[in-house]
Amino acid sequence: MTAAAPIIELRDVNKWYGEFHVLKDVTLEVAKGEKVVVCGPSGSGKSTMIRCINRLEEHQSGRIVVDGIALGDDLKAIDAVRRRVGMVFQSFNLFPHLTVLENLTLAPVKVAGIAPKDAQATAMALLERVRIPEQASKFPGQLSGGQQQRVAIARALCLKPAVMLFDEPTSALDPEMVGEVLDVMSSLAAEGMTMICVTHEMAFARAVADTMVFMDEGRVVEIAPPSQFFDSPANERTRRFLGKIIGK
Amino acid sequence: MRVTGLWGSARFRGVLYQALVIGGVVALGSWLLRNTLTNLEIRGIATGFGFLGREAGFDISESLIAFTPADTYSRALVVGLLNTLLVSALGIVLATVLGTVVGVVRLSGNWLLGRLATLYVESIRNVPLLLQLFVWYGLVTALPGARQALNPLPGVFLSNRGLVIPALDWSHGWPLLDSPHLAGFNFTGGLTLSPEFAALLAGLTFYTAAFIAEIVRAGILSVPKGQVEAALSLGLSRGQILRLVVLPQALRVIVPPLTSQYLNICKNSPLAIAIGYPDLVAVSNTAINQTGQAVEGVALVMGVFLCISLGLSALMNWYNKRVALVTK
Amino acid sequence: MTTAAAWAKKNLFGSPANTVLTLLGLALLWQVVPPFVGWALIHASWGAGTPESCRQAGGACWTLLAERHRLMLFGLYPYEQHWRPFLAMLLFVALLAISSQRRCWRPWLGALWAAAVVLIGVLMWGGVLGLATVETAQWGGLPLTLVIAVLAIVIAFPMSIVLALGRRSQLPAIKAVSVGYIELVRGLPLVSVLFMASVMFPLFLPEGITIDKALRALVGMTLFTAAYLAEAVRGGLQAIPKGQFEAADALGLGYWQTMRLIILPQALRLVIPPIVNQFITCFKDTSLVTIVGLYDLLAATKASLNDPAWRPFFVEGYLAAALVYFCFCFFMSRYSQWLERELAKGSR
Repeated sequence: MTAAAPIIELRDVNKWYGEFHVLKDVTLEVAKGEKVVVCGPSGSGKSTMIRCINRLEEHQSGRIVVDGIALGDDLKAIDAVRRRVGMVFQSFNLFPHLTVLENLTLAPVKVAGIAPKDAQATAMALLERVRIPEQASKFPGQLSGGQQQRVAIARALCLKPAVMLFDEPTSALDPEMVGEVLDVMSSLAAEGMTMICVTHEMAFARAVADTMVFMDEGRVVEIAPPSQFFDSPANERTRRFLGKIIGK
Repeated sequence: MRVTGLWGSARFRGVLYQALVIGGVVALGSWLLRNTLTNLEIRGIATGFGFLGREAGFDISESLIAFTPADTYSRALVVGLLNTLLVSALGIVLATVLGTVVGVVRLSGNWLLGRLATLYVESIRNVPLLLQLFVWYGLVTALPGARQALNPLPGVFLSNRGLVIPALDWSHGWPLLDSPHLAGFNFTGGLTLSPEFAALLAGLTFYTAAFIAEIVRAGILSVPKGQVEAALSLGLSRGQILRLVVLPQALRVIVPPLTSQYLNICKNSPLAIAIGYPDLVAVSNTAINQTGQAVEGVALVMGVFLCISLGLSALMNWYNKRVALVTK
Repeated sequence: MTTAAAWAKKNLFGSPANTVLTLLGLALLWQVVPPFVGWALIHASWGAGTPESCRQAGGACWTLLAERHRLMLFGLYPYEQHWRPFLAMLLFVALLAISSQRRCWRPWLGALWAAAVVLIGVLMWGGVLGLATVETAQWGGLPLTLVIAVLAIVIAFPMSIVLALGRRSQLPAIKAVSVGYIELVRGLPLVSVLFMASVMFPLFLPEGITIDKALRALVGMTLFTAAYLAEAVRGGLQAIPKGQFEAADALGLGYWQTMRLIILPQALRLVIPPIVNQFITCFKDTSLVTIVGLYDLLAATKASLNDPAWRPFFVEGYLAAALVYFCFCFFMSRYSQWLERELAKGSR
């Protein structure tokens, strides 16, 4: 990796839901432009971890630094981090009462104070990029799942984030729609975007990831480049998980 | 063949049931009608709406339009209707504001105010409105006289003469603030709300607001968490999220039950009769007592309330169509 | 940081806005609580006494309750016979308590209800077993409130099932009659319905037949409640999946068999919580019979304040009546919420 300071740094992060210890001493560094794919069995804490990065969840101990800003109680810092980090959810979470175009321009106009005309131009350009400009005036409920998720990616890109987080972006999709979303993500990766993806799409991971992270029971079990991760995983649990999911 | 036969017999049964029900309703109706006509004749009570054009002969304590005992029954009923509409309309506005504030406070995450709001909602909802009206009326009439009136805000006076507030005076062609002041034993200027009106308005507002608070809370909670998370991850502030994302979606859930609360305010306003505010039901009761024409009087009141509920439901349907989410 | 301090920071002073709200709340409490405690406890007068002794004490006059509670609770019922409505009241409460237990939801519960209603009727009316007859015009207070509320719900329930089935019927005339009745009644204020019952019923009946005031009010409450209850039952019917109707059709069951054996048992289970809520509403609404001249709990409380000497202490009187209403309604609503969760658990 590059020698420059990492754009995301998690150090000894711990989180509890009541008595339940979800994240145990999680440490992870992501460099600018790096593509990280996080995988692991359900309930292993991978979603919780990336939700901590833009503070949708609070961590209780340890340090999370995003682009030089430490996450804590400071509301200004949280706002600043959220503007640098885009997020794509499993269930899209598009705003159903707004059109596709309004979904895209909401944050630029209301948060960044960009003129509506300019925001619309940017939004249309992004819709071109995710290949659905013709749907701009429709409502989310009129689109297919794959189209909705592509709109969600475009919406997250509207504030020109430095980092994109993907929380199982294809898990809620019908199989025939997974490809179109992964295509958009791959082209985003090719443009040099820093990305952290929680996903079970191993073919995508092998093709796109710079680094694979395996989590289990709240711990980071293994961090390795994809070639090593898939062909000779160091940890027994990783091996078992890969065996189940790829069937080798 | 068999299928046709079965279908035929099912249809026959349907026709039979319906004929029985209609026959029963018609028989009951005509029996009641015959009894009523006989009874009216025995008691020497006139029928028909002719009494509406006659002189009412009673006074009404407060009225939005000019009224004297020499006016007709129909004008008296219009006075009552206007009073009902006035107190309902004001009650709707005030209860919506108070209910929304309390509902949002219950969700605010502030423990102390949340508890206070819950206390308010539970204690108001579980006590009959009529009892609350008696208390409000008792409190208003137990206030000191005009010369010792309470003066909680500049220009606002509370006394056993009612509530006096500043009003806008348009008589010069532009609005001038007309502040009330004490002259002798009463106030001049401003707008005076009678003790009866003030008590009824307070009762309707505080009672209905407790229900509206729960509706608002449930509506806001009905918006999926993911919507707030998506908005947070876009960097929207708490206020922006409430205004741009949560409320527009919550309103779809809130409006239908809210409409029925509005209707409840209208339907509860006749409790006015218990504390002497001359609403439609109170006026029509006086008319019934004087003329004995109960059937006509009750029918008029029912007609008016049915029009109000049909009107409000039509409004709600129109709103629902307008805001319905567009899906495939 | 101790846990208490951490909790306070999170729930009371988490942000500037939150702190402002907390301070507002504290200011409100400071304005209200000390004067209230002073009025209700410190300067209050308790036990037997006169309005004069209350005025001298300067605080709440709980003496009013000590002197007048019989009138508030039992209205105009003959004084030395008060044990009868008291017993009737206990019977009602026991009946409600038994009915709230799920394991008592058996056919015998219906028989128990019938027996209890007869027993309560005998107690209140008398005329047999050496009990002096007490006309309904003399009934009053909490027992009257309970009698009207409970009977209105019990009689309205079968009516509401018929109305709800009628509203869902494929037969246009039956549907029209049901919808007409339900919507007509729901569009009207209860006060109007009660007035209609008290003024117009005597006109509706054949010459020479009169029905007493309490019965007229009960009929009015029942007709009113049935319309609202029908909507609750309809909600339950709508929640039954179409597949259940289709499965019953496929088994060759007729309409009444389908309803009686398949649909109603499922639908009624779903509508028990809304029925309890309707009962709460009905219980509160019973106070409106005051307006047509019956001496229910509220009217009896009002009557106990008729004496000008006691009238200044109306807040104490109404507060006591409010507490009675609150206890009934609050526990019933908690019960309905609990039941909703229980039933949801059972169906999963």
